[in-house]
Amino acid sequence: MGWENLLLGFQVALQPFNLGLAVLGITLGTIIGVLPGLGGANGVAILLPLTFSMNPTSAIILLTSLYWGALFGGAITSILFNIPGEPWSVATTFDGYPMARNGQGGEALTAAFTSSFVGALFSVVLITLFAPLLAEIALKFGPPEFFAIQLLTFSSFIGLGGGNPIKSLVSILIGFILASAGLDIVTGQLRLTFGITELMKGFDFIIAVIGLFGIGEILLSVEEGLAFRGVSARINPTVVWQTWKILPRYYRTFIRSAFIGFWMGFKPGGATPASFMSYAFARRFSRNPERFGQGEIEGVVAPETAAHAAGGASLLPMITLGIPGSPTAAVMLGGLIIWGLQPGPMLFREKPEFVWGLIASMYTGNVIGVAMVLAFVPLFAAILRIPFPILTPLIVVICAVGSYAVHDSMVDIWYMLLFGVIGYVFKKLDYPLAPLVLALVLGDLAENALRQSLIMSQGSLLILFERPISGVISAVALVFFALPLLQPYLRRARKPPVPVTASHDG
Amino acid sequence: MRTADLTTALILIAGGALVIWDSLRLGIGWGTDGPQSGFFPFWLAVLLVCSCAAIALQARRRASRAPFITRAQARPVLSTLLPSAGFVLLTQFIGLYVAAMLFMGFYMRWFGRYGWIPVALLSVLFPVLTFVVFEKWFLVPMPKGPLEAWLGY
Repeated sequence: MGWENLLLGFQVALQPFNLGLAVLGITLGTIIGVLPGLGGANGVAILLPLTFSMNPTSAIILLTSLYWGALFGGAITSILFNIPGEPWSVATTFDGYPMARNGQGGEALTAAFTSSFVGALFSVVLITLFAPLLAEIALKFGPPEFFAIQLLTFSSFIGLGGGNPIKSLVSILIGFILASAGLDIVTGQLRLTFGITELMKGFDFIIAVIGLFGIGEILLSVEEGLAFRGVSARINPTVVWQTWKILPRYYRTFIRSAFIGFWMGFKPGGATPASFMSYAFARRFSRNPERFGQGEIEGVVAPETAAHAAGGASLLPMITLGIPGSPTAAVMLGGLIIWGLQPGPMLFREKPEFVWGLIASMYTGNVIGVAMVLAFVPLFAAILRIPFPILTPLIVVICAVGSYAVHDSMVDIWYMLLFGVIGYVFKKLDYPLAPLVLALVLGDLAENALRQSLIMSQGSLLILFERPISGVISAVALVFFALPLLQPYLRRARKPPVPVTASHDG
Repeated sequence: MRTADLTTALILIAGGALVIWDSLRLGIGWGTDGPQSGFFPFWLAVLLVCSCAAIALQARRRASRAPFITRAQARPVLSTLLPSAGFVLLTQFIGLYVAAMLFMGFYMRWFGRYGWIPVALLSVLFPVLTFVVFEKWFLVPMPKGPLEAWLGY
């Protein structure tokens, strides 16, 4: 474990140009997080084309800063407007909005930002310690191990995601099928193109992300009628200082939530259940649980810490294994490939300045981020006061710009619109979107890993269980797949400790 | 909700059947050098059809009877979706910037009932800003039409 590596990373991250990008990324990210219809995943997707000409390290610093900004932005809308910008901010509204209505908006925001900062920092420290180890181990992985990890990734959506497990499975399958459309690189045959040339290049997941999350979300929000009624909050150094004096009292909540967040977060779809779980635990261990839901500061601390610890943790499998833990991480992974880097464990050996620059920028990005959001909350909150008839065309046009820029292709804008309609219908019918996107990203990798495994074993699926590491991972994956079937029996045995959420994170 | 759930499941089953048909054409067995092209999509589609059948059964038994969308909700959704589709169609012919201007102006005027002055101001300012940021600063080209050609881009 080399501290000199981290030092090298800081030398990269602290260059004035990269610091400037971090500030830019956080500003844009917070705006994106506050705006309805734009979130971390599609914000990163829309800005991805702008980074094509940058060097990869600066590009990833811009995108991760954007991601942190979007996470911070979600807290502003939840607390002041009672609108969770992202699914993992839902639990923050339970106590954050009542606090704001009681005139404690400043305190709630300070608590939320500080908790986010603590949670994210906790994850980043763990990433610093464990990422090199995990990458070392992953270097020994063969195709069966990689396929087993993919199984685990998708099984956790089904077993732990909440909602209807069959619908989660359908989302995953649709993603994989869309990913297999186009040219099959191994055999050179065209699949699912039915003789149409436009279908030959397949479906790009970046377009899918922009359509599903961007356009779909816009359609959902206009349906609600759109009157944002926000509570205004005063935030000044006195309020911040007063809140910081109280917060250390909740050190147990901080630690517990950070662990829950990290543990849930490095598996996909983890941020949302993590935030609910840590809220439930905080209430259970609290001396005055009846105050939860009325504006208890601990009810803001717990979900925010967990959500951000999870958000940080989802980057761990992306940089070490090349398997993203969330749609946002998936888009960044797509960026890595476009910038000419091969994601996966070899990155630590071949591009240390990239990996460590990225890790160091997570520290600097969070420090800059918390300072900026504390200073400029009123400005960011003002964005939500932009009337909807102006905001809607703005967002649609920006989504179109982002979709076109990926391949300079007009068809992609049509795909974006189509994915938007699909996203809207699926969201209404409770089909989760995150697994679809992840399957679309990982489709080729998963198929190749499975093919190579089958070639190694001459066609026997048992190879996944015969090798020690892949055997353990596959077994856990099978348990997760079976979990929805077992749940009725488990529930009879004991009362469920966690409220199950219906949504997945983005 | 029930009708929408059933329709979606049936559409997905039809899609799955299409994938199965195409996979059978490609071959789903063992080729000279491993699984054939159709192997992976075939099994995915089989699983998809089975799952969607299960969803359809579930929906028949216990989906809520509440409507998928009420008339009051459908109006704003359609009046956003259709102009957006119009914007994409226009982009194809007259370029993104002019289409964005028309789209924004139309939406603000018709949906937001703004006066002509703010409409004109914002709908010109925003495409110009987009042009400067993407075309000039980041050198990302967008679809352009006759107006841009006339201006020399």
